[in-house]
Amino acid sequence: MASKPRIAITLAVLSLAGMVAACGGGDDAADDKPAGAAQSGSGDTGAALTMWTRAATEAASGRLVKEYNATHKNQVKLTVIPTDNYQARVAAAAGGDNLPDLFASDVIYAPNYTSQGLYLDITDRINELSFKDSLAPAHMRLGTFEDKQYTVPHTLDLSVLFWNKKLYEEAGLDPETPPKTMKEFAEHATTIREKIGGDTYGTFFGGNCPGCYVFTFWPSVWAAGGDIMNEDGSASTIDDPNMAETFKIYNQLVQDDVVAPAAKDEAGPTWTGVFPKGKIGVMPMPSTTLGAMPPDMDIGVAPIPGPDGGESTFVGGDVIGVSASSDQADAAWDFLAWTLSEEAQVELLAKNKDVVARTDLANNKYSAEDPRVVLSNEMVAKGETPFALNFGATYNDPTGPWLKVARDAVYGDNVEQALASGKESLTQSLAQQ
Amino acid sequence: MIETLRAPGRARARRSYWRLRPLKGIGYATPVAVMVAVFFVLPLGLVFWMSANRWRLLGSPTFNFPDNYTRIPENQLFLDSIVFTLKYTAIVTVVLSAVAMGLALLVQEERRGTGFLRTVYFLPGAVGFAAAGLLFYGFYAQDGPLDDLLQATGLVDEPVRWLGTPNAALFSTIAMVIWRFAGFNMLILLTGLQAIPMDVYEAARLDGATRRQIFRHITLPLLRPTLALMLVLSVTGSLLAFDQFFIMTRGGPDGSTTSIVMVLYREAFTRFDLGFAAAVSVVLLVALVLLNTLQLRVLLRGE
Repeated sequence: MASKPRIAITLAVLSLAGMVAACGGGDDAADDKPAGAAQSGSGDTGAALTMWTRAATEAASGRLVKEYNATHKNQVKLTVIPTDNYQARVAAAAGGDNLPDLFASDVIYAPNYTSQGLYLDITDRINELSFKDSLAPAHMRLGTFEDKQYTVPHTLDLSVLFWNKKLYEEAGLDPETPPKTMKEFAEHATTIREKIGGDTYGTFFGGNCPGCYVFTFWPSVWAAGGDIMNEDGSASTIDDPNMAETFKIYNQLVQDDVVAPAAKDEAGPTWTGVFPKGKIGVMPMPSTTLGAMPPDMDIGVAPIPGPDGGESTFVGGDVIGVSASSDQADAAWDFLAWTLSEEAQVELLAKNKDVVARTDLANNKYSAEDPRVVLSNEMVAKGETPFALNFGATYNDPTGPWLKVARDAVYGDNVEQALASGKESLTQSLAQQ
Repeated sequence: MIETLRAPGRARARRSYWRLRPLKGIGYATPVAVMVAVFFVLPLGLVFWMSANRWRLLGSPTFNFPDNYTRIPENQLFLDSIVFTLKYTAIVTVVLSAVAMGLALLVQEERRGTGFLRTVYFLPGAVGFAAAGLLFYGFYAQDGPLDDLLQATGLVDEPVRWLGTPNAALFSTIAMVIWRFAGFNMLILLTGLQAIPMDVYEAARLDGATRRQIFRHITLPLLRPTLALMLVLSVTGSLLAFDQFFIMTRGGPDGSTTSIVMVLYREAFTRFDLGFAAAVSVVLLVALVLLNTLQLRVLLRGE
């Protein structure tokens, strides 16, 4: 059993963490080169840069850093921090003025940092990029605060429909035609469950995972032209008829036993591991998992439709910026600008089936080999990323209000009522200072 | 010759020993005192100070006493968590005490194999708590080993939703906690049991006392201080429950297993409202101190 002064110890550890971070910062300072050393716009001056990223997107960051270090005088030292600790670590470092030169952020949390002035204003530098208008628009919106731009896209993860062509064929559906509306989605899923049955189900979702609902259900609302929140993310508009329509479709699928029963308890860690087992007909999945699917599995990729058509996606992933306290801004920007170059995007991201951060590179020599990757790339221009300062506490925290709203709507017996009462608790949480 | 030389030297040494003794004492105590000051007193003071401020994880704090405290009763999540945590504490303490007592009585006397059994019962205590939580999370998973076993033996047809309903989640978690801590509590009770002199038992037996009478009138009363220690540890630990629910249920399903410390964690690290979280900690600390005082008073009455 835990010892008595548990909380005190926790806080002591935290304050210590601050001290340790302070020591870490001290080491780096010795390697600092004056930022003024940069000449004629070139930031490649042999600077030693520090960079933080979260474990969830480590792979792509690692590849970019390795190649940059091999081809540049500047050297980036990447520190990977456990995803669950990332926000607390950044905040602690910010409090002690110990942020690294560069740090990435889950795009959803970028407004928390831009609004607190943790990132350097790089509006002018971004404006000098010839391809600035083709940078993932949803990411750029989240990195903008009060008309100033602070971050650029770093890694992208989109929600898209995966469908299992083998099961489609077995159920007598056309394996080359994905659902164009959520209603068709429900028909396809139901047909698969009815025609095949047994342990094969029509669809699946993370039914006890708040972030999964956000990622997979919201695009249906956007596809129909609706929205979940107001412009500045301070009030919920969850009673949007398209949200109700989407929840009703899933609610019916649950009642008809078309959704694999494990969905109800799926809290998130394993929600993407169900589709690759080959027993699910069609479901929204993260685009980044395509490369990890069984090679012999015939999978189709399609945009997430609205109840009656349209298409959208949740543009997730990470953005990255220069920290406001860095005294090596030119060198740090040199790295950022390079990560967005055609060379880095195509040879390091597209080659690995990752989604590229630039819409003008959607069709590149690697994606051309796989039309499914082109589709994901093109969806970057059409997708959305929701903006809210209290996003984490409201929508991602399992003890926050959103999970209850979503579960009431999917597993309860009155969708409208669940959303109407949810609107109040969500707005309260969003508006909290 | 040597003796005479040594004697006054020894006296001198003894004198300087007595003169240096207080200094030596301070020397020995200093490291611990510094540790306690830096790791306990200082953070404790900081918690009180934080609870009197609007203290966001980002940005600079501003004094706002007593806002953080007056906001506590408005936090429905916190109020619900108190009810849940008390319920959890009651169940865990009763079950854990019973199981630990049973185990302790089983291996109390030296017989063939008791050493082996004691080790076996205690071993789960050597597993880290978080690791134990993850282990059981794996056991309970759909299509996990526990379901496979039950289905293979024909005991159940459908997968059991171990963490799927509020009660299932609560009792599945309690099972893990019992597994993890029964051995440790058994060890505490064992030390108490072995401190009871054998002749008391022998005298009772000579007087014709039954096993039940011996347990009721000899073992239990003489074990009282040990029981008090175990209960205080169990109640305090359960009221501060966090790891098990954070790892195994994340407070779900439907927020039904959200403990007080989980609310604290949410306020501090999801909502970044350290001031409010500190106020909750202070309230919790005061409640624990009061509760422990009361508990010890009742349990050690007349000792």
